[in-house]
Amino acid sequence: METAPKPGKDVPPKKDKLQTKRKKPRRYWEEETVPTTAGASPGPPRNKKNRELRPQRPKNAYILKKSRISKKPQVPKKPREWKNPESQRGLSGAQDPFPGPAPVPVEVVQKFCRIDKSRKLPHSKAKTRSRLEVAEAKEEETSIKAARSELLLAEEPGFLEGEDGEDTAKICQADIVEAVDIASAAKHFDLNLRQFGPYRLNYSRTGRHLAFGGRRGHVAALDWVTKKLMCEINVMEAVRDIRFLHSEALLAVAQNRWLHIYDNQGIELHCIRRCDRVTRLEFLPFHFLLATASETGFLTYLDVSVGKIVAALNARAGRLDVMSQNPYNAVIHLGHSNGTVSLWSPAMKEPLAKILCHRGGVRAVAVDSTGTYMATSGLDHQLKIFDLRGTYQPLSTRTLPHGAGHPAFSQRGLLVAGMGDVVNIWAGQGKASPPSLEQPYLTHRLSGPVHGLQFCPFEDVLGVGHTGGITSMLVPGAGEPNFDGLESNPYRSRKQRQEWEVKALLEKVPAELICLDPRALAEVDVISLEQGKKEQIERLGYDPQAKAPFQPKPKQKGRSSTASLVKRKRKVMDEEHRDKVRQSLQQQHHKEAKAKPTGARPSALDRFVR
Amino acid sequence: MTANRLAESLLALSQQEELADLPKDYLLSESEDEGDNDGERKHQKLLEAISSLDGKNRRKLAERSEASLKVSEFNVSSEGSGEKLVLADLLEPVKTSSSLATVKKQLSRVKSKKTVELPLNKEEIERIHREVAFNKTAQVLSKWDPVVLKNRQAEQLVFPLEKEEPAIAPIEHVLSGWKARTPLEQEIFNLLHKNKQPVTDPLLTPVEKASLRAMSLEEAKMRRAELQRARALQSYYEAKARREKKIKSKKYHKVVKKGKAKKALKEFEQLRKVNPAAALEELEKIEKARMMERMSLKHQNSGKWAKSKAIMAKYDLEARQAMQEQLSKNKELTQKLQVASESEEEEGGTEDVEELLVPDVVNEVQMNADGPNPWMLRSCTSDTKEAATQEDPEQLPELEAHGVSESEGEERPVAEEEILLREFEERRSLRKRSELSQDAEPAGSQETKDSGSQEVLSELRVLSQKLKENHQSRKQKASSEGTIPQVQREEPAPEEEEPLLLQRPERVQTLEELEELGKEECFQNKELPRPVLEGQQSERTPNNRPDAPKEKKKKEQMIDLQNLLTTQSPSVKSLAVPTIEELEDEEERNHRQMIKEAFAGDDVIRDFLKEKREAVEASKPKDVDLTLPGWGEWGGVGLKPSAKKRRRCPVVLLSRFLIKAPEGPPRKDKNLPNVIINEKRNIHAAAHQVRVLPYPFTHHWQFERTIQTPIGSTWNTQRAFQKLTTPKVVTKPGHIINPIKAEDVGYRSSSRSDLSVIQRNPKRITTRHKKQLKKCSVD
Repeated sequence: METAPKPGKDVPPKKDKLQTKRKKPRRYWEEETVPTTAGASPGPPRNKKNRELRPQRPKNAYILKKSRISKKPQVPKKPREWKNPESQRGLSGAQDPFPGPAPVPVEVVQKFCRIDKSRKLPHSKAKTRSRLEVAEAKEEETSIKAARSELLLAEEPGFLEGEDGEDTAKICQADIVEAVDIASAAKHFDLNLRQFGPYRLNYSRTGRHLAFGGRRGHVAALDWVTKKLMCEINVMEAVRDIRFLHSEALLAVAQNRWLHIYDNQGIELHCIRRCDRVTRLEFLPFHFLLATASETGFLTYLDVSVGKIVAALNARAGRLDVMSQNPYNAVIHLGHSNGTVSLWSPAMKEPLAKILCHRGGVRAVAVDSTGTYMATSGLDHQLKIFDLRGTYQPLSTRTLPHGAGHPAFSQRGLLVAGMGDVVNIWAGQGKASPPSLEQPYLTHRLSGPVHGLQFCPFEDVLGVGHTGGITSMLVPGAGEPNFDGLESNPYRSRKQRQEWEVKALLEKVPAELICLDPRALAEVDVISLEQGKKEQIERLGYDPQAKAPFQPKPKQKGRSSTASLVKRKRKVMDEEHRDKVRQSLQQQHHKEAKAKPTGARPSALDRFVR
Repeated sequence: MTANRLAESLLALSQQEELADLPKDYLLSESEDEGDNDGERKHQKLLEAISSLDGKNRRKLAERSEASLKVSEFNVSSEGSGEKLVLADLLEPVKTSSSLATVKKQLSRVKSKKTVELPLNKEEIERIHREVAFNKTAQVLSKWDPVVLKNRQAEQLVFPLEKEEPAIAPIEHVLSGWKARTPLEQEIFNLLHKNKQPVTDPLLTPVEKASLRAMSLEEAKMRRAELQRARALQSYYEAKARREKKIKSKKYHKVVKKGKAKKALKEFEQLRKVNPAAALEELEKIEKARMMERMSLKHQNSGKWAKSKAIMAKYDLEARQAMQEQLSKNKELTQKLQVASESEEEEGGTEDVEELLVPDVVNEVQMNADGPNPWMLRSCTSDTKEAATQEDPEQLPELEAHGVSESEGEERPVAEEEILLREFEERRSLRKRSELSQDAEPAGSQETKDSGSQEVLSELRVLSQKLKENHQSRKQKASSEGTIPQVQREEPAPEEEEPLLLQRPERVQTLEELEELGKEECFQNKELPRPVLEGQQSERTPNNRPDAPKEKKKKEQMIDLQNLLTTQSPSVKSLAVPTIEELEDEEERNHRQMIKEAFAGDDVIRDFLKEKREAVEASKPKDVDLTLPGWGEWGGVGLKPSAKKRRRCPVVLLSRFLIKAPEGPPRKDKNLPNVIINEKRNIHAAAHQVRVLPYPFTHHWQFERTIQTPIGSTWNTQRAFQKLTTPKVVTKPGHIINPIKAEDVGYRSSSRSDLSVIQRNPKRITTRHKKQLKKCSVD
């Protein structure tokens, strides 16, 4: 042991250690005395770490402010808390070791911010500015709250990762089933139904129920998790497509002749004769619309909440048998034999947009859940992924030996397509990235050609309908791990379902609001605004919002003579005029500058360019 | 005075005369002493004097340029002096006298006194009064400005107005400053003090403190956990009891009752051994219960159930039995008490025997009768099959020769268990073929040939067992040799698991590997699936190198639609290549598609471009033609409007009758060749949009920014949603809302405040007032 500490060191470290060793077990009502010693000495490592994690208030308050991204109007409250730390202590005398609200990471908050700050606003009055500030403050506050509540999303998505160099596509279902827990392994199953032809299938929105219809008339619905059969019937007619309506209690079946609606007991509730020879069905859950594409070339929207046909649109492109919906904006995508994909809304008689995708006909279309990417496969054996954010250009293209059929996106952006009796799944880098078609993520071979594909919502499960029946296969990382219990709860009871149904009906979105950019609805209708303004001016005879003409102030000592008043008026007018000219000149310059680069430098070889 | 002046001037003159001889420099320097004005004047005089010396007009009188009444007879005028003659000067004697001073004073007073102004007219006065009053009131009211502003900007107003609660002090502080006054309070405090209950700071009794000190955090946690566990157990037990109570099954209750009775008996037995006295009491109790039951006339076949059974008994054997049981029970009950213990024991014994017996019997039955148990059967069959396989090897070669030739290449190096495997497959496929004729399933020939995907399960089992045996041995072999191709190593493992699903991928793999090895074996066999080859070729041909430049090119020539669609895209690699197993109609369809593909090509693009052009034309705003044929000229069929009407205006370069439509904004799909975006407005959606800008906003962008954040509970947390949707004004039902008073916002009472405000800045008021007065007076 050292007898005396060296002059250079202020505290012998060993002694400190001993102190910490000898310390009594701390009682929770006792005050933490360590910080006071920590102020003088380097302090025990535990405490230091603590401080790094969460800056303590009194010392580095500015760091705290930086880490929190708020400049909230709570300012007057805080200093009061500061002034008397005595009052902070509760009855037990214990002090909050982490005072103040918890810090939130900026990126997470940014995710919830919706105000587009890139657009610069024209100069605004003080009153307007204060309103804008309030709006911004509110946005920040709500986004912080939302970011904080992300903590409650406890589940994490699964994934499959090959050991270095191993191709995940080589991993077969058996291996996955062996690796996962029993509950998940039970989700992989085969229904061997060879009798009634190729099957189409559909999962309910909660992902709990599965309905499938074979071409030879076999229709069944079951709770696929418990394998409890709800109903099983043969409609004695070809079944083209099958789809759950808003809940698992109703089931729409596109039969050879007409569209039929069954309940979960298999009782036929409706036969909709206005929708005849339907080939494909889509259900828009927030609008309660059942979209049907028919052989006669009509796209029909049926409002299932009131049983009325909202719109019947003639696509003027022959037989329609390729349809999918964009879950982001509820626009229906139809594929045609001339290689185009047309986007439809019930409010418009013409397509919202038409995209030329393939040289041959379009075989199938799928849109991902964020509405960003569209996968199309054509008869030219190509599989393309389009960007739907305004450009409509293909992001990636691959030629497949047999083309791809029935592509489908999962909730987390995995893309599946069937090729003959093989199912290929491609994955992207993250959730918001398009699936890369370089390498399949998983492949699986079935006992017959694929006829229907859908990822089960909120589960890592892919349902495949084929000639040999139904296969439910495990695809790690396919489903969204966290579900919204109020929106689509896989575990909901009957009562909860009924309650949800009422709420959903109350919140039903009118069909005419379907448009390409749903955020455009939150914008002011400029055309009618201007029209209204014009009408007002006509009615009043003057423009109430026009800038008042300049009126010179009266001045004294003979400077307010008529001549000088006129002169002053002229001055202001000239100034305004000059401003205008300057602005127009600037605009011209901008235009020229913009036009120039496209022209580039003329080259002598340009004449040979066609 | 004038005399004086004259004398002075003369004197000066004489001086100047003397000075005139002197050089001019001197003169200037001299004159500098006096003021400039004086100097000038004097200079003038000097000049005059000098000129008068000339002699010609020595006496030049002062000229009079205007008519004047004052004509001095002595030719003396006051012109030169430039000073006014003051009355006082005249009165003033040469030497001052005291008597005249008073007069002078009076004179000055008279002179200083102004005339009294006319009083302002009534209207003026009233206006001033109004103005002053207005200012005063404005001043008084201005104190409300901050309040009004605050209320306008407030997110929420709560009525009736409540005075702000003072900051909530901690309870200790409140208690320390508080004293018991009423007798009740005093009594309470006495009690508290007696029990040493602390009333201030840490509100813990000494006992509590001690207990806290006694128990560490861990202990407390443990105890709490224990308590929790006990509570949970209790709740479980309660729940169980509740559930059991609800069970309606009679059988269950019967069993429970029996069990209870048995238990009671057992206990009674024990009690008899331990404590005979208590046992006796117990016995009595039991006896009493029996008597009660006996008295109750139960089991008499007189109840509802018994009556119904009695009706049924005629036809139903079970019902009859149940009735008899009941009767027997009745008899047993009504019998006089005998020695029951022995019979019970006997019964128990028999039961035991039965229990012992039953399993054997059951087993026997199962062994004998339960034939169709697949597991048992399988094991049996597997044995036989194994035996069969042992016999098989002799037949192997011929089967192989007869079998599929595709695997010839691989089979040579393959180990013997591999051969065995193949042999089984062959057999399976053979069987398959024979079955195929009967099978209604339209299974493709490829599939059946390639591998039996629908093999019999039992066979599989055999195979797997066989493989398991072989696998172990081969593993050892593999470790020793290490050069065995991967094919062998990989194959058996999945085969064990799911032979059904994985047969095909394996096969493909083997083929691939063979090709990679570069063995020059000719694949004459026609059974090799063509698509597989194609797929692999396409896999190889588009090498990855030219990928990148192609991409670049694409970016450069984004505009060219032709390029966009015709660019060669690399084909995808896929491990599993689909087998072509097509139905008739599907094949037909594919044929049609092929034809379409062949002919579609360019047409698609041209059609699309044409369509787009048409759409663009249709969406362009149309010019308005106002020409009226025949107006102002000859009309009739086949006449064109005159050249005058068609003539273009020199300035606008347009006909006077043609109104050109303004050019609209550029189309959204201007730079997107493969897209037609509809530019039409969605009127139905527009009906739901905001069309009037609310008050403080001057530009729609400003307003849009304030409504961009959603306020619904779907997009927000519950708290945020509540905060975003708080009502602007909250009122309490049943409360009178009084107008705001000065005290409410921290001012003094209103009557005083008016004064105080004025007194606080009296200066401002007075100056303004003065200004007003002045203005009026000027008017």
